[in-house]
Amino acid sequence: MSSDQTGHGRADAPGEGNLPERAHDTTPVADPIADPGLPAHQWRPTDVDPRAEKRAERQIVAMFGLSAVCTVLFVVSYFLFEIGEVTTTIGGLGASTVTLGLSLAGALLFIGIGIIQWARKLMADHEIVEMRHPGASSDADRAEILAALNTGLEESGIARRPLVRNSLLGALGVLALPVPVVLLRDLGPLPGDVLEKTIWEEGMRVVRDVTGTPIRPSEIQVGDLINAEPAALFETDDEGEPLYEGVPLQVEKAKGAVIVVRIEPEEITPGEGREDWGIDGILCYSKICTHVGCPISLYERTTHHVLCPCHQSTFDLADSARVLFGPAARPLPQLALAVDSEGYLVAQADFDEPVGASYWERDSR
Amino acid sequence: MRLLNRTAGRLSRHRRGPLAGLLVLLLGLLLTGGLYAAFSPAQAQQAQSDEELVAQGRELFLVSCSFCHGQNGEGVRTSGGNQLGPSLIGVGAAAVDFQVGTGRMPMAQPGQQAPDKGVVFDDEETAAMAAYVASLGPGPAVPDASDYSLEGLSAGERQEAIVRGGQIFLTNCTACHNFTGAGGAMPRGGAAPTILGVEEKYVYEAMLTGPQSMPNFSNGNLTPEEKRDVIAYLQSIDDTPAYGGFGMGGLGPVAEGMYAWLLGIGVLVGFAVWIAAHGARSNKEKVES
Repeated sequence: MSSDQTGHGRADAPGEGNLPERAHDTTPVADPIADPGLPAHQWRPTDVDPRAEKRAERQIVAMFGLSAVCTVLFVVSYFLFEIGEVTTTIGGLGASTVTLGLSLAGALLFIGIGIIQWARKLMADHEIVEMRHPGASSDADRAEILAALNTGLEESGIARRPLVRNSLLGALGVLALPVPVVLLRDLGPLPGDVLEKTIWEEGMRVVRDVTGTPIRPSEIQVGDLINAEPAALFETDDEGEPLYEGVPLQVEKAKGAVIVVRIEPEEITPGEGREDWGIDGILCYSKICTHVGCPISLYERTTHHVLCPCHQSTFDLADSARVLFGPAARPLPQLALAVDSEGYLVAQADFDEPVGASYWERDSR
Repeated sequence: MRLLNRTAGRLSRHRRGPLAGLLVLLLGLLLTGGLYAAFSPAQAQQAQSDEELVAQGRELFLVSCSFCHGQNGEGVRTSGGNQLGPSLIGVGAAAVDFQVGTGRMPMAQPGQQAPDKGVVFDDEETAAMAAYVASLGPGPAVPDASDYSLEGLSAGERQEAIVRGGQIFLTNCTACHNFTGAGGAMPRGGAAPTILGVEEKYVYEAMLTGPQSMPNFSNGNLTPEEKRDVIAYLQSIDDTPAYGGFGMGGLGPVAEGMYAWLLGIGVLVGFAVWIAAHGARSNKEKVES
């Protein structure tokens, strides 16, 4: 009995004989309703009308021709328009990018359209029935494989020589031992207090980000927002080399970033024990969101709210950066401010809690 | 001399004419006015004009602004304790010039956003109101063109200004205005407006005065030169052609996602429909050759 059967348009209804083995099938053998089979094939105009056929042919050739034209345009624009600093533009857009993109898109698109049109209009479109057939190998093949496998096991003697087998298993087990040792060792060393401390310390000046200039309280007006950094990031050693460079600079900058705002003193609700942390309404908070650590400075001076653009956590800077909204679990850490002998803003101490996002070992303060 | 005498004689014949008195009076008036204009102390006239300007500004203020800002610019609170209009004492002329000059004020209605809906007052009226508000309390004056203008910078200095301004902009402004300056959403229905294509003076005044909920960047915070550098950077963004193609507003993944779903997937669906469409069929039978 054949395992697959194909039929064309007006094929007879597939009878019992066309189906694969049905030994395990419990459904009734005889179909209660005769299978009507496929409807009669209807020809397309291009099949029966030579003029339509010619027209479709011309369309397809035109598409392939257009594609070739686009490819030529692609090459021409590649050599015509410089890439990079040269400012040739078409309608305010980069000329090279636009022409290369459009011509390459056209070259591919017209090939695609041509092929689809070819398939729809000219290629044979007979309905075809392909019967399903079992996926398993034949019984003979399966028996042969099993026999070969058994022979191999028998000849290797793995069942008869347990000492060989067990010593092999033992060697494999020992081989697996170093894997967890190496992997676990690479997880270390433990971070220590890196997550809890920043480079802020007593007497370190609060300076403007980018310019690194120190700030006098008199320079800040109510409603001002200053994005600031610890002064150490802008300092140099005796030889003129910066104290922090490269990755350490980025790490300390990311942890030490603060925002300084000035609020009308009567609008501030100072936190417990934080009464002397501001200077005439000048307050300083960590810029790093306590949710997942986005830098935030979307400050509304009318409401004193700071919004995190990542997940909409909102903090009230007039009230110890209390969380008003959003997924953040704790307020922004506040940096206690003081004024040094020269009249510039300095930190009283490092933050009294870790800045930024929560982590496993952090207590739930 | 004879000619002069003859002219005098002709004039003299008309000295008792009906219009002679009027003519002499007119001449006298013109002379007095002209002499006064030429010799009067310029200072006194200036002060007079300032006072007039403040008075004119106060009248405009009472008609257009006092409903929300109070009759003396002291601000008005609603019975619920919310602010209808903030106090204008100490906001200075720069704030008025920005708010009125960009069409944000007078507002059509109080709300989270003050849209720039079209300028209502001309320059003279704006200056008058600015003078009035400046007279309420000391505040930033309308900046001089030399503060924000990039004229007179050499190409190298301009390039330096753009680089420095870019860093300042990325640190202080991008949080709300987006790193392309296209603006973005703010809490409770507000929005930070686009700052591309805005006049230099108004960008400067916005930084100086902090309109609506924007924090200010007063001269103690960002120096006038740093503010000018930010303007230079914004102009460089404006001048840069869109090399990469359409910027789609530069608003980030929301705008891009909208184009991808509506246009991109729309076109793909269109092609899929075309590929799978059942085309025209004929009733004729094919003649097998």
